[in-house]
Amino acid sequence: MSKAFTPKVVTASHLLDGDVIYLTAEDTWSRRLEEAEVIEDEAHAQLRLLDAESQADVVVGAYLADVAIGATGPEPTHFRETFRRTGPSNYFHGKQAGL
Amino acid sequence: MYQYSDFDRAFLTERNAQFRHQVERRIDGSLTEDEFKPLRLMNGLYLQLHAYMLRVAIPYGTLNSAQMRQLAIIAERWDKGYGHFTTRQNIQYNWPKLPDVPDMLDALAEVGMHAIQTSGNTIRNVTADHFAGAAADEIADPRPVAELLRQWSTDHPEFQFMPRKFKIAITGSPNDRAVTAAHDIGLRIVERDGEIGFQVIVGGGMGRTPMVGKVLAEFVSGDDLLPYLEATVAVWNVIGRRDNKYKARIKILVHEYGLENLRADVEAEFALRKAQFTGADQKLLDSISQMFAPPRFDTADTGGFATVYDDDPVFRAWADTNLSAHRAPGYAIVTVSLKAHGATPGDASAEQMRVLAELAEQFGHDELRISHEQNVILPHVHKRHLPAIHARLKEAGLATANIGLISDIIACPGMDYCALATARSIPIAQEIATRFDELKLEHDVGPLKIKISGCINACGHHHVGHIGILGLDRAGVENYQITLGGSGTEDAAIGQRAGPGFSADEIIPAIERLVYAYLDLRTEPSETFLQTYRRLGLAPFKAALYPEKHALAAE
Ligand code: HEM
Ligand code: SF4
Repeated sequence: MSKAFTPKVVTASHLLDGDVIYLTAEDTWSRRLEEAEVIEDEAHAQLRLLDAESQADVVVGAYLADVAIGATGPEPTHFRETFRRTGPSNYFHGKQAGL
Repeated sequence: MYQYSDFDRAFLTERNAQFRHQVERRIDGSLTEDEFKPLRLMNGLYLQLHAYMLRVAIPYGTLNSAQMRQLAIIAERWDKGYGHFTTRQNIQYNWPKLPDVPDMLDALAEVGMHAIQTSGNTIRNVTADHFAGAAADEIADPRPVAELLRQWSTDHPEFQFMPRKFKIAITGSPNDRAVTAAHDIGLRIVERDGEIGFQVIVGGGMGRTPMVGKVLAEFVSGDDLLPYLEATVAVWNVIGRRDNKYKARIKILVHEYGLENLRADVEAEFALRKAQFTGADQKLLDSISQMFAPPRFDTADTGGFATVYDDDPVFRAWADTNLSAHRAPGYAIVTVSLKAHGATPGDASAEQMRVLAELAEQFGHDELRISHEQNVILPHVHKRHLPAIHARLKEAGLATANIGLISDIIACPGMDYCALATARSIPIAQEIATRFDELKLEHDVGPLKIKISGCINACGHHHVGHIGILGLDRAGVENYQITLGGSGTEDAAIGQRAGPGFSADEIIPAIERLVYAYLDLRTEPSETFLQTYRRLGLAPFKAALYPEKHALAAE
């Protein structure tokens, strides 16, 4: 039995500044996880990942990250993704300062 | 200090121009990431969790004031106003933007610095005793040889695609402050019948298979050193494993192939290579050595030092912990702590870098060092200047009196920055330092080295910490494993795992229990944590770490 598919978002780093970014349903890249397209189907997830990977002049290292669906949209399920969404914990730098 | 020759300058200009074009071609889409990645890594540029990271080499940890000022300018112009000094005597900038990196490299080149071979499967930045050229216990200054090794290894055509990275450290003192036993090759300067030579240690390392290096050669003369090292790296380059990157370091070769076999191969290779060394390397070493001539030491008396020492308890506490014995009468080595309680270990703001540059220029024969323990050293300070230096450091938030104490923690960037991390390390270091400062215990506890890594790669040296902390991911939650009894000095040892790990909330109280246990167990205040551990072993410390289990077992 294969494992049930869990919701995902496509995330990557921005080529120019390395910022964490998320693929939206409108085919743009957002710096906010809330705006990411939540993918609930495995085949669609693979397609969206291919879409992301084909944009080699915009993004680096695209992958699918697990999310849970919360009240305001997708929420990270692993602490690594929580840090990527927010920024480092020793300074108010990165996204937490920029957004 | 080493001054770049025209050749060095031309090489660096050319190399930076190449990288500038590579960056342009990456940005305009002509290079894919797969093509670009090895090129950027060759120039010290990583992509981390939130941003790019540029790792700049500080060869053998030596800087002058002009270089330190330039590091400050770079931090302000292209980063967020600070830099992070690392255990490999590098400085890392955590927030550069890709299009700016070529300009950063050009700015570094202006002061004779670069980021070459700070990454990749090459011979990395050669590290050295941070007290080199100043320490009272030194046989000879290791830096001329370190510079020779830098020139030999940089762009060495044979050694650009090795099985894995290769790290060399060198010390000129019997008291090993350079962790030579945890490097692929560790060199210790030794004296035999009046001749100076090198003990060559091979196969030390951290990572997932920590090993203490073994003696490959007891004594290699100065003339033979370069061919001997070349032979060693060449043998490993050919027979080192390439099938599995976790088995590729020379430590695994030593382990699987055996020290004796390796030694025989190296000696055979050495016999072949030695003939090709016609003495040019020794001529080069002579000219390098002249650039490392000691400064003209000042012979004035130590002025008001003794009076201030007697009258000012804050100055006295700082002098007692942060000064080390210098080879010249009337001088001291000053270690400036980058570990203010609650701050990020190893971080310095641009303003602090400028203060350090100014102090070096005004009072320190223009020399600075970066230590693998993530602190900054003023290696040559006449004692009469110490009160003025201390006052200036205090204003800049740099006068923390904690060198070698529990809050002088090494911590890798961990999950706050590093893409490979399994947990955070910086906040754990911050909390331990803050807690023991509140308890006002650290001077009572005395010498105690805590080292923290955010994953098994062990960049934070946890294996050789008296107390080592390793951050792991246990089912999606940060978990911290404790090792005890490690040491990174001449009596190097790998720490032993104490037992199950602790959550982020439990780890600080666990460390506190350990320290209180030590205070109870030591025979007298002069018995250090490590000595007590070596006398008693793991058991009493384990009992302190896991009181519930201990209570159950006693029932
Ligand atoms: C943030 C980016 C970093 C990455 C991606 C990284 C990666 C690695 C990896 C993969 C290893 C294991 C190598 C092996 O065993 O073959 C390693 C080891 C090591 N790194 Fe890092 N590291 C990083 C930062 C640092 C920093 C900031 C320091 C210094 C504070 C450092 C110092 C070391 C040391 C001392 C070792 C262990 C010695 C050894 O066995 O080579 N690294 N690193
Ligand atoms: S030990 Fe792990 S987490 Fe820490 S810097 Fe090295 S690779 Fe990153």
